[in-house]
Amino acid sequence: MNKASSSQATKISSFVLMIIFVLLALSLAALVLALQAFGYGEDITAGYLLLIGFIGVALSTYVLMQMRRRLMRLKIAVPPITTTIECKKCGFKSVREFQRGDYIFKEVEPCQKCNDKMLITAIYREVKEKEH
Amino acid sequence: MYFTWNILKFITKRLIVSRKGELIVVFEAATLFETIFMQVDIQQVLSLLFYIVFIVFIFYGQRIQMYVMLREVEGSLFKLKYIKDEGRKIAIETIKEIGKPQSDPTARVDRFLEYFTIPPQSLDPAGVVWKLEHILDVRDARFKDEVKLMAPSADETQTNNLENTLEAAMALNYIYKVIRHYYLLGKKTLSLYIIMQLQMILPLVMREAEAYASALKAFAYGQPIGDGAGALVAAKLMRGYETRKVPKDCVVATVPIEGRTAFVIKAEGPGGNVGKIGDAIKTIIEENEGRIATIIMIDAAMKLEGEDVGEVAEGVGAAIGGPGVDQFKIEEYILKYRIPINAVIVKEDIGDAVSPMRREIFEAADKAIERVKQVILEKTKEGDKVIIAGVGNTIGIGQ
Repeated sequence: MNKASSSQATKISSFVLMIIFVLLALSLAALVLALQAFGYGEDITAGYLLLIGFIGVALSTYVLMQMRRRLMRLKIAVPPITTTIECKKCGFKSVREFQRGDYIFKEVEPCQKCNDKMLITAIYREVKEKEH
Repeated sequence: MYFTWNILKFITKRLIVSRKGELIVVFEAATLFETIFMQVDIQQVLSLLFYIVFIVFIFYGQRIQMYVMLREVEGSLFKLKYIKDEGRKIAIETIKEIGKPQSDPTARVDRFLEYFTIPPQSLDPAGVVWKLEHILDVRDARFKDEVKLMAPSADETQTNNLENTLEAAMALNYIYKVIRHYYLLGKKTLSLYIIMQLQMILPLVMREAEAYASALKAFAYGQPIGDGAGALVAAKLMRGYETRKVPKDCVVATVPIEGRTAFVIKAEGPGGNVGKIGDAIKTIIEENEGRIATIIMIDAAMKLEGEDVGEVAEGVGAAIGGPGVDQFKIEEYILKYRIPINAVIVKEDIGDAVSPMRREIFEAADKAIERVKQVILEKTKEGDKVIIAGVGNTIGIGQ
């Protein structure tokens, strides 16, 4: 079921992706034809083709980027969690990434300086606020 | 018109080069286009187009609007499905990793995700709280048994964490199903009002779903969550003092604060647990025969938009969420013994409450302790007994 759901998650995007790539290919072809037209001296035709090509390329790139953003949004973000360990005796402090099994006020490995037991004093994540 | 014709001629030329077999057809098409474009003025075409669009919008405007809304709901539903599936996947993986079951837990997890709880009948509301409490107790016991069956190797802390993980996955499953129900209903009936209501509440629903999604990982790894702000305050206060268990799933420590005796209560950590703070407070009140100068409750509370995360505020009343059973019990007992009740809250939004604890919330614990001490100094006198209850899920917070 999991596989099925993940394939379904990409099904719609792959279909749209195909259309976008076809549009992109056609737009690029229009740009090439525009160059050829310039060569033949058909400036107005070349201008039109150039316009069509650029619009097509811009449109497909925009949709592709939007799709990428959508896929990025779909992922469940795992924020980095930091664990602060402190030695109550000598005050030595170390900060590391959270490990499974960590909890606030858990006694962990001995202190590197005084060999006394160290304590997890903080577990939190930092969030950068978006500008409003 | 001349330009258009030139383009067509140009494309036709290219087609002639590339597809010789279809030369005649392309030539005929080009001739047809030439006839049309030479005779019709572009302005006439545009105005005709405008009229068509205008008439189409008069008759089908609402329907078009509805399809646009449906498309929007569909996009959110797609995302909800992804989140729900991820939740299920995380739950199964965590069970396999921690619980080391002998058989595949997938089927059992799927069954668990469909569990439901029927609230008691409240036509005659007298005594409904006790009925609700009983049903919630049964639910809790059932969940615990299920988790133990799914993960036989998990210890108590891990069992609690797994239970929380599964509950988050269950919430996601429910949200998805409800939204899908209204989406399909709206599509089937083509009712603008169903679709419109759904589309309007979607941003809030998505926010909640995303919050549960981030809660899943926090529960699976046993990380402290924002809701544990109250429990963190209590843990900090009782640190270094002997604790004892009180019903149900709570611990209490007797801590001297500013010349007063404080009974600091919190749910027993570090597993995912909220305990029954109401019962714990009742036990302490009865042990002291009602001679409690004040009760101070600390909890995480919903912030309004514009307020800062981790803002500490003070007030009166029982600061406790959930289905209301604990709040009811606390209010009953404080009324019986006429005990004043104060509340200190740490503000956060729904996303912060169920996702790993933010630095601002962690730091707010010290500010809340200061407020608690201030309340004790202002509202009680030396030698008094006070109860300090840190409310919230104590996942990732020891004592």
